[in-house]
Amino acid sequence: MITRFLLSNMDKRGYAFLAIVAAIGLLVPLANLLMPAGSPFHVSTATMSLWGKYLCYALLAISLDLVWGYCGILSLGHGAFFALGGYAMGMYLMRQIGSRGVYGNPVLPDFMVFLNWQELPWYWYGFSSFPFVMLMVLLVPGLLAFVFGWFAFRSRVTGVYLSIITQALTYALLLAFFRNDMGFGGNNGLTDFKDIVGFNVQAQGTRAALFAMTCTMLIAGFLLARGIVTSKLGKVVIAIRDAESRTRFLGYRVDRFKLFVFTVSACMAGVAGALYVPQVGIINPSEFAPANSIETVIWVAVGGRGSLVGAALGAVVVNWAKTMFTSGFMAPYWLFALGALFVFVTLFMPKGILGTVQGWWEKRRKPEALPAAEPAPAE
Amino acid sequence: MNAPVPGALTSSLLYLDGVSVSFDGFKAIRSLSLTIEPGEMRAIIGPNGAGKTTMMDIITGKTRPDEGTVMFGGSVDLTRLDEAAIANLGIGRKFQKPTVFDFHTIEDNILLALKSKRTVLKTLFWQTESVQQKRIDEILGIIKLADKRERLAGSLSHGQKQWLEIGMLLAQDPKLLLVDEPAAGMTDGETAQTAVLLKEIARDHSVIVVEHDMGFIRELGVKVTVLHEGSVLAEGPLDQVSANERVVEVYLGR
Ligand SMILES: Nc1ncnc2c1ncn2[C@@H]1O[C@H](COP(=O)(O)OP(=O)(O)OP(=O)(O)O)[C@@H](O)[C@H]1O
Ligand SMILES: [Mg+2]
Repeated sequence: MITRFLLSNMDKRGYAFLAIVAAIGLLVPLANLLMPAGSPFHVSTATMSLWGKYLCYALLAISLDLVWGYCGILSLGHGAFFALGGYAMGMYLMRQIGSRGVYGNPVLPDFMVFLNWQELPWYWYGFSSFPFVMLMVLLVPGLLAFVFGWFAFRSRVTGVYLSIITQALTYALLLAFFRNDMGFGGNNGLTDFKDIVGFNVQAQGTRAALFAMTCTMLIAGFLLARGIVTSKLGKVVIAIRDAESRTRFLGYRVDRFKLFVFTVSACMAGVAGALYVPQVGIINPSEFAPANSIETVIWVAVGGRGSLVGAALGAVVVNWAKTMFTSGFMAPYWLFALGALFVFVTLFMPKGILGTVQGWWEKRRKPEALPAAEPAPAE
Repeated sequence: MNAPVPGALTSSLLYLDGVSVSFDGFKAIRSLSLTIEPGEMRAIIGPNGAGKTTMMDIITGKTRPDEGTVMFGGSVDLTRLDEAAIANLGIGRKFQKPTVFDFHTIEDNILLALKSKRTVLKTLFWQTESVQQKRIDEILGIIKLADKRERLAGSLSHGQKQWLEIGMLLAQDPKLLLVDEPAAGMTDGETAQTAVLLKEIARDHSVIVVEHDMGFIRELGVKVTVLHEGSVLAEGPLDQVSANERVVEVYLGR
């Protein structure tokens, strides 16, 4: 049943996406490990990690598209779920340091010793176990989303108001994680990682494995999201996006459907964050910055809201552009460029890159085809 | 359906008594009383702003009345339930402005309405069974949209959307159908067909129809209730009601 759920309704574009990600996940680590440094086929570890980061963002974008593109919930706080997954992984990596920290304390991470703490806070218990951490990566963002959504959706907060409170949520977490007495390393966050499941995080082999793992999770996340949006539940969710109150009069409990996709989406964002942290080597409160969540919205809009492949594509394209831009003399103007891109896409490519390209393609194939009704702006 | 429910306070399917609602001090419904018997079809007429749509909003849980009783099936107090719960009790609604899911195909619109468990898990792992597919096909035939099943509902004409919405009501298979202006924006031919369709539906459902088209009401040939300024002005067969001086004065005469 599960395979059927995941693979039925898969279209050509979906298969192409899966094939490309699988190929990248296999070939890039091989090119990194097996090709000699001078070979044109060699991929440097730095490049691989950079692309690993983009692919984590792609998973985050898919998770956002699930709630925004399909359910019409414009979350301006999805970065919070990403960061929480990242912090869960960061805590594990801190515990893996053991007595190799600067202060050599076998239990306490350096920043706690520095704060003169005598023992590990209770909420750090268990984070030395990898299975426990994998659970927390899903559970912490998922639970926050569930509780938040339970209140917000039941009291029928929608549209801009919902967007504003999601933004407030991530901002509140930003402020909280900045505090030293929260026990998450204050504004320095968590860093100086040594090992992950016993392997050196800096080692080339570990980096390659992390990259392959990221591709695997991107595939898994895509399949799950795709399974959801093509199921009857997916149709209900789209119905909610386009005519929420009509859906209620058909007998669907709109709040529960929203809660379901919002929670699943937060878990996916958490996984993306957990894969991101060992590849960039640090997690700090700036990941909670409202601007990060807004950037994620831009990736999805650029790639094509309401298309999972589009969202992933948008994340990679915009972040690749960001790297190009910010490494040159144009660096100070990146935010202007990003803003301009967003305005351009909103005005001239409302369906994003993928939707626009598909539109041309279809027009060329059958020019007489009726254009579908214009998408209703569902906030 | 006609057997009295144990503990029932009334044998009527729908029972409204002394219902009032006001918006910012404006009384849209004042002390409205109305009963619908099981299996009955009722036509409701009245001038613009008489409160016909608001009455449907109250029955379906969209608007909470300030006072009054709204009972369904003899013992269920509708004022305590929300829209989804009321829909699941068996009250379906067609809106005045046709409201379908523009980005779903016509077939999917019917599928979404089709009577079934509405839980998250049931819909997530949904497989359409062959009886259900048959029912969908049947409804598509009845509303004459079978050949357009793959088209997006947003591409339909106004009249076709009205029919699709009636088809969705059929798929829901409710005990009581509230149909708000089904013939609006239709050609005379379409209007006549809609009347036939509604009469067909009324054979095994209770129906409340709101319409301004007198020819259409006459075609239905059922008891008529005239609403005016939020309460019942007259009730009875169309001929009797249209002979009523007050009705002529506030509505028909214009
Ligand atoms: N949500 C609301 N807020 C404020 N006023 C409302 C609301 N709903 C209805 N009204 C007012 O209540 C009155 C009754 O409106 P209603 O839509 O029920 O009339 P109607 O009989 O359906 O008229 P029509 O034949 O034009 O459809 C109108 O004056 C309308 O402006
Ligand atoms: Mg009305």
